[in-house]
Amino acid sequence: MNQLLSVGVDGIIYSAWLFTAALGLTLIYGVMKIVNVTHGSFYALGAYAGASLTGVWLARGYPPMLSYVVLLVAALAVTLVVAPLIERGILRFMYAKDEVVILLITYALFLVLEDVIKLVWGVNPYFIAEPYALLGSFSVGGLAYPTYNLILVALALVSGLGLAWLLHSTRVGKLLLAVIHDPEVSRAMGINVHRYYLTTFTFGSLLAALAGAFTAPTVSVVPGLGVEIIVLSFAVVVIGGLGSLPGAALGAVIVGLVRSASVHYLPQIELFVIYFVMAMVLAFRPRGLFSLAEPRKI
Amino acid sequence: MKRDRTIPLIGAIVLALLAGGPFLPQWAMFIVTIAFAKGLVALGLMLLLRAGLVSFGQALYYCLGAYAAGALGRFLGIADIFLQMLAGAAVAGFAAFILGFLLAKYRGIFFGLLSLALSMILYGLLVKNEALGSTDGFNILPSTLFGIRPGPEWVRYAVLASAAVASFLLALIVHRYLVTPLGRLAPAIKDNEIRVEYMGASARHAVHVAYVIAAVLAGVGGALAATTVGHIDPDMAYWTTSGEFIFITILAGTGSVVAPFAGALIYGVIHTTAYDLSPNTWQLSLGTALLLIIVFLPEGLWSVVTRMSRRVRHS
Amino acid sequence: MSVILDARGLCKTFGAVTAATDVSAAIDKDSIVGLIGTNGAGKTTFINMITGYIKPDRGTIQYQGRDITALAPRDITRLGICRSFQIPQLYPSLTVFENMMVGVGIVLRNAHLAGFFRLREGEVPGYGKPAHEVAEHLLERFGLLDYRDRNAQVLPGGARKLLDIALTMVAKPRVLLLDEPTSGVSAQEKFGIMQMVLDAVRAEGATVLFVEHDMEVVSRFAQRVLAFYDGRIIADAAPQAALADENVRRYVSGNRA
Repeated sequence: MNQLLSVGVDGIIYSAWLFTAALGLTLIYGVMKIVNVTHGSFYALGAYAGASLTGVWLARGYPPMLSYVVLLVAALAVTLVVAPLIERGILRFMYAKDEVVILLITYALFLVLEDVIKLVWGVNPYFIAEPYALLGSFSVGGLAYPTYNLILVALALVSGLGLAWLLHSTRVGKLLLAVIHDPEVSRAMGINVHRYYLTTFTFGSLLAALAGAFTAPTVSVVPGLGVEIIVLSFAVVVIGGLGSLPGAALGAVIVGLVRSASVHYLPQIELFVIYFVMAMVLAFRPRGLFSLAEPRKI
Repeated sequence: MKRDRTIPLIGAIVLALLAGGPFLPQWAMFIVTIAFAKGLVALGLMLLLRAGLVSFGQALYYCLGAYAAGALGRFLGIADIFLQMLAGAAVAGFAAFILGFLLAKYRGIFFGLLSLALSMILYGLLVKNEALGSTDGFNILPSTLFGIRPGPEWVRYAVLASAAVASFLLALIVHRYLVTPLGRLAPAIKDNEIRVEYMGASARHAVHVAYVIAAVLAGVGGALAATTVGHIDPDMAYWTTSGEFIFITILAGTGSVVAPFAGALIYGVIHTTAYDLSPNTWQLSLGTALLLIIVFLPEGLWSVVTRMSRRVRHS
Repeated sequence: MSVILDARGLCKTFGAVTAATDVSAAIDKDSIVGLIGTNGAGKTTFINMITGYIKPDRGTIQYQGRDITALAPRDITRLGICRSFQIPQLYPSLTVFENMMVGVGIVLRNAHLAGFFRLREGEVPGYGKPAHEVAEHLLERFGLLDYRDRNAQVLPGGARKLLDIALTMVAKPRVLLLDEPTSGVSAQEKFGIMQMVLDAVRAEGATVLFVEHDMEVVSRFAQRVLAFYDGRIIADAAPQAALADENVRRYVSGNRA
């Protein structure tokens, strides 16, 4: 029973992290119909910016309790600088190209950004444990969990519910929903689809940066941080359905619980099982578990 | 009808390498051999690209080929170069035959993502596999050729020569395949799959065949790479390896069976020099180069060669 | 006359749209049948069902006595039923010659599996000539030889139609379904195209069904007319009688004179 509980708690925490990390990817795909590999770069940028800024903050002796705000600000700042540069500077001219070509373009940008990060922040690891250690731990069923993990869960809930509210209750959001459903019809109805691309790309990348920033206190921030998150996010988003918000949540929960279960019971399959589920979903329901309705194209 | 000069061209290159090989420095032989290995993988990708498909997981077969070659040595004590290549081809080909039943149904981004998932599955399995060394992988036995164990100064040359000959034969086969009715179906499938079906051919079948051929090529490439480097590890199946192959294919273009090898060589040279000059900026150079090629030279570098030769012929 | 194609009781709905209700037609061998009707009447759905692109909800389709209702398009093509398309379906990035070579190659393959890997240009079954000669012969028959090395993409409308139909004829079909063979073609060219196609067809001997909106073309070339409206066949007679039919006038041709 205790083992089951710990599988559950671990799973939820991992799912929360995955969800925040992958949400931006599915949003960008839904609206812009591009698979964005720079997603991993923004995750890394958020982590590095968060770690370095918080490091400076703490070194100057400012209140450690505000370091969470610093992480937030860092993610925001780095996204607001880099995302518009990428979208306006490069992607904007590429939208007419094939979706696979655009993916390769974002892959090229990812490679570039990997080294830009190294140039800006160097190759030595950044380590800021304080925001993590500060909150202590709480216990569930006799096992101790760092309270910091609740921040990850909170972040996931805020991002998910916040985005859902934005999409369903604001005018801009509803326009985005229309674009997600069918860009051509939306254009025909007068929606300036391209204008929303900048907003979407920035917002989606911000979500990735936030995930990275808030993960920074729990790991050693090193080059290559973004590499694994890309393919994990792909898995989550594919399972849930490219472009689907609830799908990203479902995908994150499935991957999170599956991984947690395998870590506890059968560690050899830990890595394999995530991609196995991804392959299974692609094999039987390629459009994901929550796919958007596709009109027949005869 | 322009005369097809491809075969004499690669024949000449291979002969030149066989003759001049022994005089090349060891590091040069290494780069050229790896270029053949990766060029084979890119050749397979080229076949798929002609049908409009991009595999994000070709590293699956590259890695399978490498581990097959390694396993021959580790468990059977065999280190013959041609047997290694054969093993790589067989294992990769068989895997692709099975997986192809599933993959041949997909197109576009889903084909890419599924192939990616499959390669990451292999990665995940290998990383946790103690018998095969987990993340460390294991070393390959020193190569033998038809029963002879070459001396240390001759090993590199033996591998290079085998790579050159194997690549020549495989490129020849692919070159001929491209003009057979099945080979001609690829661009038709890319252009208008419904039309292909309505003309009485199975697009799925054609894609399946191309997929198996591409896998066999990658398997041989993986075996060669393993022998040349002397070591194999699960990173050979990681998505970044697949990314490398895609980069080479785009760099090279799809104009000729020679292009992937030329592309692989250029990539190898750039990688080595850029990395030596500044290890923290070579990915930046790579990414920039990829971007520039996609935008300004979408047909790859080989299109420049074709254009130049056309101009020479017309003048 | 023997019946070569027999559709019985075909029904098809797409959600709220009923595309076919109890559509039945027995087509005689070597006959030329015109399918008329307004847009959305069910003519293309009928052709899609016969060629296996869509499966009917109910009903059967028999070809030479054999049930082909559940077969896929490529199998139906191999049996001898070929169709052309309303919007010409070509291979845009290939030249006209290469387009034909794809078709000829498929015929080679369907003759025997080894045909797919033929390295030497052997004889194409049914033509007795090597592949490239067959391709050239067909291009010539349809007046496309001048466009031989042009990309299919840049062809003018009439030529695209002809190439689309030429591709359909490569396999020497026994039943030819032409979906609006003269649409998008100038008034002067319409008769010419139909004549060219039917001459080519008559040389081989085949049954022809063609969808057509131009009633003059229909009365000139069809031996029998099937008029569609709202998913049903409302008239089935010789052209004179069909075009004079009250329902056809009301729902299809529109002239009250």
